[in-house]
Amino acid sequence: MNDSWKLYLHYLGISIRAQMQYRASFVMMTIGFFFTTVIEFLGIWAMFARFGSLQGWSLAEIALFYSVINMAFALTEMFARGLDTFPNLVKSGDFDRLLLRPRSTLLQVLGSEVSLMRLGRILQALPIMLWGAHTVGVVWSPGKALLLIGATAGGTCLFVGLFLLQASMSFWTIESLEIANILTHGGTQTAQYPLDIYRPWFRIFFTFVVPLACANILPLNVILQRPGATPLLGALSPCLGLLFLGVAMLAWGQGVRRYCSTGS
Amino acid sequence: MAHIVVENLVKTFEVAERQAGMWGAVRGLVKRTHRTVQALDGVSFELQAGELVGYIGPNGAGKSTTVKTLAGILVPTSGRCEVLGRVPWKERTAHVKQLGVVFGQRTQLWWDLPVVESLELLRDIYGVTAVRYKAMLAELTERLSLGDLLDTPVRQLSLGQRMRCDLAASLLHEPPILFLDEPTIGLDAVSKLAVREFVQHLNRERGVTVILTTHDMDDIEALCTRVIVIGGGRILSDGTLDALRDRVTREHWLILDLEDETLELEDPDAEILRRDGRRVTLRFDPARVPTALLISRLTARYPVRDLFVQNPPIEEIIARLYREQAA
Repeated sequence: MNDSWKLYLHYLGISIRAQMQYRASFVMMTIGFFFTTVIEFLGIWAMFARFGSLQGWSLAEIALFYSVINMAFALTEMFARGLDTFPNLVKSGDFDRLLLRPRSTLLQVLGSEVSLMRLGRILQALPIMLWGAHTVGVVWSPGKALLLIGATAGGTCLFVGLFLLQASMSFWTIESLEIANILTHGGTQTAQYPLDIYRPWFRIFFTFVVPLACANILPLNVILQRPGATPLLGALSPCLGLLFLGVAMLAWGQGVRRYCSTGS
Repeated sequence: MAHIVVENLVKTFEVAERQAGMWGAVRGLVKRTHRTVQALDGVSFELQAGELVGYIGPNGAGKSTTVKTLAGILVPTSGRCEVLGRVPWKERTAHVKQLGVVFGQRTQLWWDLPVVESLELLRDIYGVTAVRYKAMLAELTERLSLGDLLDTPVRQLSLGQRMRCDLAASLLHEPPILFLDEPTIGLDAVSKLAVREFVQHLNRERGVTVILTTHDMDDIEALCTRVIVIGGGRILSDGTLDALRDRVTREHWLILDLEDETLELEDPDAEILRRDGRRVTLRFDPARVPTALLISRLTARYPVRDLFVQNPPIEEIIARLYREQAA
């Protein structure tokens, strides 16, 4: 296990060095990611400037929702980029090479590409998070801080799980299925707002099927001390993301087995 | 000791047939038609430790299906397969630690990195100790003349240089078994010789068991004592090169350089295969007419400047074997 981390760090170092060979392009892309999301948040700000609040939620509160989900998504795009480009690996036959090495295929795929430029999006989400928390006047405690980190981590696990499910689909079909994009990009858009503004069936879907709630109202209600917040549920909510990732890993394992029996 | 045992290996693939056009794609979603392809149809062989075997066959014969099965990345439909006492696809990680695999067509090195960085990553992937790594790297660098290449990014290497680096990359963990898939494809003559020499060294000095798949018959003649020929998913022939020749044809070729290029030549026991200018290639069966007799008969009748006798080239043998199989 320990050895796997060492190997992953080795991959990481290599990936960073490879990207630093094209430094100018790295800087430009990072700045690009920073500004596209800044503009997105300006849009939300403009809406609140016009309407004041959204079903009782203030802009500063929304800022927390926005930053948690965006940070989770950016971390996923940064560290699970290899899963995003995975269909190419299968199509080109290079996945065979990963099977020929005595390591977990997932570790090798994740190691194959780390997209540093997503730092731009993380750098943008962080100040929004701090501003939001400050403006709302969150009374911080170690538990709350931990929960905020947990919410981001849970969201990241969930998105990695979605990426993993999408990647696993290429074991079954060579056609690129954009269904998962609806859930990843669409999910990010959705969970920028508290899930309780949506219709019940929508909320149920994003709580029990694709549990985006784990990086949304479940922990954030607790942090914001909203009425009706359940601290225990909030504290456990990051586990939902982890659980989802676990299920996705099972699907991946099935996919690899299928690949070995069909050879395509 | 048998390193590799393959018994009655069968592999069938279900290939989805796609209809043309937009409507076809839509129909494909609802109802798929499948075609069954028999890639391996009862393949059996055994390889002893330290053998160097050529595994040849036309495209689609089942070569890569066999190699993929041996490598553990393909599960056969039925049959037995053991490599060093392990079933390849059941214990993937333990199994692949014992393998070196080189594909001539694609590199396993990281494209943007200097070669040495790829080697260091492979060291960690295979868990090679620092001491062994240092020793192997020194040896491989010397044997394959990698000195100047190690700090070069892979994308800047020539094909021959890249191949040498790829060989080094797949041997760092000192595997007892090596699969080479067309290792000389596209290489210039000098690089080909270097690769062959190195493979021979590995096999003879280090006792590495090698399976070589190739379309280059010079590779086979230079390296392999044993040749397995596969066609249509079945083994057509398995034995020494000489035995293969004997099985397919015992004919010899007599090549004559005549004094005069307009001369018509004829002999009841020999058939003219081709003629370019002064050079005539005849084929004959030494069992029907002794070589010495044929030569003396021809030189008595025709003005011959030079002559030599040879075996039909291996390409010819293989091509005939395939035709026989197809018929």
